Amino acid sequence: MIIKILGSGCKKCGILAENALAAAHAAGKTAEIVKVTDFAEIAGYGVMSTPALVVDEKLIASGKVLTIDEISALL
Amino acid sequence: MSIFSWMNDQLLRMQWLSGLVTAGVRGLGLDPASRIGGSVQFFVYDVVKIFILLSVLIFVISYLQSYFPPERTRRILGGRSGIGANILGALLGTITPFCSCSSIPLFIGFTAAGLPLGVTFSFLISSPLVDMASVILLASIFSWPIALAYVGVGLIVAVVGGTIIGKLGMEGQVESFVHNVPVTDADESLSRAERIGFARGQVLDIAGKVWPYVLIGVGIGAVIHNWVPEATISALLGQDKWWAVPVATVVGIPMYADIFGTLPIAEALVGKGVGLGTVLAFMMAVTALSLPSLIMLKRVVKMPLLVAFTGLVTVGILTIGFAFNAITHMFI
Repeated sequence: MIIKILGSGCKKCGILAENALAAAHAAGKTAEIVKVTDFAEIAGYGVMSTPALVVDEKLIASGKVLTIDEISALL
Repeated sequence: MSIFSWMNDQLLRMQWLSGLVTAGVRGLGLDPASRIGGSVQFFVYDVVKIFILLSVLIFVISYLQSYFPPERTRRILGGRSGIGANILGALLGTITPFCSCSSIPLFIGFTAAGLPLGVTFSFLISSPLVDMASVILLASIFSWPIALAYVGVGLIVAVVGGTIIGKLGMEGQVESFVHNVPVTDADESLSRAERIGFARGQVLDIAGKVWPYVLIGVGIGAVIHNWVPEATISALLGQDKWWAVPVATVVGIPMYADIFGTLPIAEALVGKGVGLGTVLAFMMAVTALSLPSLIMLKRVVKMPLLVAFTGLVTVGILTIGFAFNAITHMFI
């Protein structure tokens, strides 16, 4: 699956990316992380607060850093 | 002495800290009345005071903010128009994130949802200009009347500026991709622990971002406070100089800093007899308009709207500057 992290490259985005990757691995899936930093593209997902998490082009969460468990429950 | 003024002096103005730092400066063998001793006193006292206030304020305000995510603000503003909507937009702008970098996604999200352009701009102007942290900080460094006056005029600039932009009918001046952005609603149910975690994260995040600006701001403030002769300052920015407000505004516009970094400079300038209006104009110019935020805004709006926005805010700041200088004697 393709996991996109939307955000301007802040520290929170990095943590969210790590958590998402860990959650994907825990679920036994291979995941590719794509970081989206262009705000026009970020807005294209309807996101107003970053960091946001997009999995296979579907917006999962915005404005908060989800934990590994939270992402696992949403995947 | 009433409880209120004790709390004001000790908790907000932190006179205990000033005394402590003065004693520390003496302990180092420096005279606090000398230039070097005075600079060290100003620097240490201001840096410690600003970081204490900044941490407490951001924590409290972020906790409140967690109840007003952008999606909710957009819902509150949705379907409203007229001056009431501009006032509401300006008020909601006071409880939004501090960083001006977040204002572009907000602009796109609001416009895509069909909010009137004028209301969106009222929100955009007030968001960096007036926030609750700046009120408390102004009260700490100057006084409550000055803090409340700053908020009042900041909101007026936001409401009037947004209203005029709405009347100009510049809806076509927004880049077209903005209208094609999907409107989504976020889940906003948070537990108390999540709100506390969010607030703590904000403190670390913002303190980590603004500390260089605070140190630079306090450094400049300490230099002005102890090394620049009053005559030089008043020759440049004195109350009798008509150009003081325009100069302060023009110098402040391209600068990118936040209220935490600008306050120590403002404090030192007022100490040197610069008019309150001049200092407020400087602070507003620095926080409301900056080169980086204008460059970002240029990507979502066309030039005429960008010029209208910049022009209106500049005129607003100049008006406030001149008006406050005319009535400074009421505050100091």
